[in-house]
Amino acid sequence: MITFENVTKKLGGKTVLDGISFEVPKGETFVIVGLSGAGKSVTLKHMVQLLIPDRGSVRIGTDIISEARGMDLERMRGRFGVLFQGAALLQWLSVFENVALPLREHTSLTEEDIKKKVLEKLRLLNMEDAVDKFPSDLSGGMQKRVGLARAIVMDPEIILYDEPTSGLDPVTSRLIDQLIENLRTELGITSVVVTHDLHSALSIGTQIMMIDGGKIVENAAPNDFIQSKNEIVKRFLESQYITRRGAWEKGMESHV
Amino acid sequence: MKNIASEHQQRMSYLDLPIRSFRRLGRLILLACHDMGHALIMAGSATLYIRTLWKPRARHELATQLYITGIKSLGVITVVAFFTGMILALQTGLELRRFGQEVNIGTAVTVVMIREMGPFMTGLIIAASVGSAIAAQLGTMAVSEEISALEVMSINPNRFLVMPRLVALAIMMPILTVYTNLLGILGGGIVGSTQLGVDFYAYIDNATRYAENKDLYVGLLKAVVFGIIIATVACFQGLTTREGAVGVGRATRQTVIISFLLILVVGYIITRLFYI
Repeated sequence: MITFENVTKKLGGKTVLDGISFEVPKGETFVIVGLSGAGKSVTLKHMVQLLIPDRGSVRIGTDIISEARGMDLERMRGRFGVLFQGAALLQWLSVFENVALPLREHTSLTEEDIKKKVLEKLRLLNMEDAVDKFPSDLSGGMQKRVGLARAIVMDPEIILYDEPTSGLDPVTSRLIDQLIENLRTELGITSVVVTHDLHSALSIGTQIMMIDGGKIVENAAPNDFIQSKNEIVKRFLESQYITRRGAWEKGMESHV
Repeated sequence: MKNIASEHQQRMSYLDLPIRSFRRLGRLILLACHDMGHALIMAGSATLYIRTLWKPRARHELATQLYITGIKSLGVITVVAFFTGMILALQTGLELRRFGQEVNIGTAVTVVMIREMGPFMTGLIIAASVGSAIAAQLGTMAVSEEISALEVMSINPNRFLVMPRLVALAIMMPILTVYTNLLGILGGGIVGSTQLGVDFYAYIDNATRYAENKDLYVGLLKAVVFGIIIATVACFQGLTTREGAVGVGRATRQTVIISFLLILVVGYIITRLFYI
């Protein structure tokens, strides 16, 4: 579905991605983990051409998004929904208007249909009571849920999540994890999640890739990931109190 | 041999500072050209999107920007315009009084206001108030990834954000300039009648008799150009903001400085083109 081929990116003179190649399979939840500054968010931004690789290419199916321009790029980006780290809601628009924005810009739906669709998505995230509020009236977690409602309102094929659970309380974190899982199992949506939270990664991910110093150090299914012999992965697992006993069971924190 | 080497080294250290300064200047000029090119492309792209103004959302955003630019700036413009006219009348009146010509302050104030001071003062006020606010707003949006979010939603920031601000400033600047001119002339008349003993009606008669239509048109042309300059500089600085709150502060400051400089330089060029 998404293919990185030998992608290299330098930012401010520093190599952030160093010739990485990997593939995100269709209908899977692909989780990218790593320390801060490892290049996780930079990888995510290449998928929607918010950054262009210095070398290599990024493909979405058969389309090369890293080289797309104009209408082609718009069409390719139309396949994505993105939840940004800070939600990135437009501050002068209400919750309803924020979620309705892509519908108003790209569809010819009537106001009635837009309202129905926006409320449906907000209900999914327990945010239907906040329709008339403005982002500044909401907590960080609530803003993130509205950001997620906006990301899924156009029913995209692929959803990118940049730190979807960072700064959230455990209950909201699990709600978002559950939603990501449901989108995969019920609608077959492909998800790419960037996170520090290994418990969340192991619960929702069907494939986990770890980046360190701009290189891929591990790319495996959750059970193989926790059995990894790579020293960096081992240290990362230990730092979050995850041991290598037995198989990881989704939704269970049995290894903690 | 050693002496020659140390002499060469010493000469190099003398040359080091000018070479480094020259290199730095070259880099700054290149950067300015690069930024100017990108800002013009942005403004050109936003201009092409004027055709989308029929959409209700775009019209609503334009109305909001017209309100922010026009109505919210009226207070400060009123005070500045009034006092500009008063100062002009006082200064020219005191000089003209020496020749018994104080009745001509009407012409002096009117011509100076509509040719130069009206668009110039309005431009400075709008650059400092509206331009800096635009840069701060778009800069904050850039650092909090709101601009990226728009791009990912295939909503072109040049259409969604730049175009309404560009159009609003191009429309509002000449309107505000006319307002500034009228208040400046009125302020001059009040000073003339209360401080210099010039009858108010004689002042108005003098003011309207010698000013030409060309003065008004050139002044309004300047106002439109200044509006486009302020919007372009502010939107470009805002959209290219990096490095968090520090970057937002830098973008705001740069907007005011660059707008002021361009208003001065372009104002001179327009005057030179139409009056010599």
